[in-house]
Amino acid sequence: MDTHAHDRRRFLALGAALAATPLLSACGTGFGGGDDKSDGSAADDVTGSFDWKREKGTTVKALLNKHPYTDALIADLKSFTEKTGIKVEYDVFPEDNYFDKLTVDLSSGRASYDVFMLGAYMVWQYGPPGWLEDLGPWMRNSSATAAEWDQADFFPNLLQADQWSLKAGAPLGQGGQYALPWGWETNVVAYNTEVFKKLGLRPAETFDELRDIAGTIKRKAPGAGFDGMYGIAVRGSRSWATIHPGFMTMYARNGLKDFTVEGGRLTPAMNSPEAVAFTRDWAGMVKQGGPPSWTSYTWYQCSSDLGAKKAGMLFDADTAAYFQAVEGASPASGKIAFHPGPKGPDGSLATNMWIWSLGMNARSKRKSASWLFLQWATGKEHLRRSAITHNHIDPVRRSIADDPAYKDKMRHLPGFIETFETVVDQTKIQFTPQEQFFDATTSWAAALQEIYGGENAKSVLNGLAGDLADKVG
Amino acid sequence: MGWRPALRPYLLIVPALLLTCGILYPFGLGLYYTLFDFSASKPQPDLVRLENYTTVFTQEAFWNSAWVTVLYAVGAAVVETVLGVSVALLLHRSSVIGRVLEKILILPLMIAPVIAAIIWKLMLQPSVGVVNHLLRPFGLGGVQWTDTPTGALLSSIAVDVWVYTPFVAILALAGLRSLPTSPFEAAAVDGAGWWYTFRRLTLPMLWPYVLVAVIFRFMDSLKVFDIIYALTEGGPGDSTVVLQIRAYLEAIRFQRYSFGISYTIVLWAVVYLAAMVLVKHLGKIQRKAAEVK
Repeated sequence: MDTHAHDRRRFLALGAALAATPLLSACGTGFGGGDDKSDGSAADDVTGSFDWKREKGTTVKALLNKHPYTDALIADLKSFTEKTGIKVEYDVFPEDNYFDKLTVDLSSGRASYDVFMLGAYMVWQYGPPGWLEDLGPWMRNSSATAAEWDQADFFPNLLQADQWSLKAGAPLGQGGQYALPWGWETNVVAYNTEVFKKLGLRPAETFDELRDIAGTIKRKAPGAGFDGMYGIAVRGSRSWATIHPGFMTMYARNGLKDFTVEGGRLTPAMNSPEAVAFTRDWAGMVKQGGPPSWTSYTWYQCSSDLGAKKAGMLFDADTAAYFQAVEGASPASGKIAFHPGPKGPDGSLATNMWIWSLGMNARSKRKSASWLFLQWATGKEHLRRSAITHNHIDPVRRSIADDPAYKDKMRHLPGFIETFETVVDQTKIQFTPQEQFFDATTSWAAALQEIYGGENAKSVLNGLAGDLADKVG
Repeated sequence: MGWRPALRPYLLIVPALLLTCGILYPFGLGLYYTLFDFSASKPQPDLVRLENYTTVFTQEAFWNSAWVTVLYAVGAAVVETVLGVSVALLLHRSSVIGRVLEKILILPLMIAPVIAAIIWKLMLQPSVGVVNHLLRPFGLGGVQWTDTPTGALLSSIAVDVWVYTPFVAILALAGLRSLPTSPFEAAAVDGAGWWYTFRRLTLPMLWPYVLVAVIFRFMDSLKVFDIIYALTEGGPGDSTVVLQIRAYLEAIRFQRYSFGISYTIVLWAVVYLAAMVLVKHLGKIQRKAAEVK
């Protein structure tokens, strides 16, 4: 009996040891392992004359975000397959889940997707761990890149926004090209022409005027026949996405910085006296003229409120207003006009941008075919078709922005082309590039919510700056 | 004895052993990762031993999240228990209506909590939501349900209550229907009133069932993520950032993997200790209930 029990204990011990083996081996190999990075680029393997059919028969896998730009891309994929013989398989995820899906996929070290959509801010997060292919060598290799791709045709600020040296605080436009601009958005003010006419208002040229108009609309519009209308729609959810459109644009126009950089060291600057005053005023504007339940507002609510005639103005991406302004899209379509928005005290129209870019997985096994796809997707032919026959507006290429067919299409939207042309050269990434961007801006949004809720702006922003100093310093 | 009968006991424990390994392996791996400073920016990390835990415990953000988590869990568990037992008592009294209502009552449990939170987010929207629309005739149409820290926490608890009260009610109802009838008949013969019978007979005998529901709901509420994230994303400010949301933000959104896992390990320890205490208490309650029977 004793022997039997002893045997059972031995058996259990053996079982436990076997169970622990993978754990121990995991300890040994550690954290993803298998990092076979080399200094050379796969672009160097492409030689000879350029040929669109070079990778005929290959299948490229793409991860895409649900967006009108994506719809335009998918609608035109047949022409890519005809041109190259390459098939594209894709998954589309809604924006709420898209970046989590992409982050988890890239960080797992797999190459489930060869190409994907990303924003310039994501380069700061995905670039340093080595998840993104440097597209610079591909762009420079004439065997890999068609002459008609015409790099010089891109708006230079857009191309630079996806270029970074991977060093915190270093300016954009230097180092590797970790993504290509594909579609972008500039942040401007869109307004309901009906309510402006009825209340005798003109678009704001200063921030004080904007705050004033927002409050006026909220007070007077419901009595003037615009039931339930408030002044200005701006984002307010506890997310990085709240900071980057209208807020960061106006913040930058006031000459304010998120961080100061000295000797490669970043110091939070969102608690400077000027930044505190601006943030207090912004929260005050939202309180006086913003949407009810602002703390849950994403771009979608802002955009749909403008379309539903619930908001008199929208300070956000021009595309968010465009999708409501096109004929038949919403009750407000035909009554939405565009304006660059308030200038800073020195007349600045510095504007923060969002770029939907396309990037390549550094672990992709089909880099040559993926590069052909990226070239086609960011090329003149596809982007022109997408801009003119679909809703891929805000062209990343100068030739499309100047194309008469594109201008004809956009001309019926009051102020759109004029606004675009006014801000295009002053639109750039207004944030300081650094890896902790998402932590910093999410905390910043939380701070903004607290100030909106009545907390003291100075103490909240001092707390934020103190917290961030340890993380980014 | 032949080799086959001798082997049988070992073969019988193989499924349990595999199951245990399947649970312990990821848990152990997670625990192991917390000893390093593993993040996206440090794919080949250094061993930092317990530094992640000391950082967690010295962060003001952790204590804020811990406090919010406890408030949420206690609030949700208490309200759900009181409401659930009350509903069960009502349904138990009326057999025809009760059976119809039972079927309706179970509906919230069939909806994924995240979907329920999204539905409630729309319903609580101040200007177009149905809740304010219904309150408008009473002069309460302008409530900003999730815009204030207290409002956001209470709204989140309310959604939790809406989803999970039926769970408590169904458990309590099953308990009520399994109670012996003779003590109640004796009490009726003695002329005992409803309140006396409820206090001295029903409640003591029902307690084990109620406590099982409380254990489930309290543990689940400590681990809440979906309802709060869909409703408030943790805001306004940090007012509804419970420990799970903090862990998610750290590990997934900010890619500080080790640090994020440390949060979940701390949460696991809290849930484990709370469950141990409650289960021990359940034993005592069960013994007392048996004495009443």
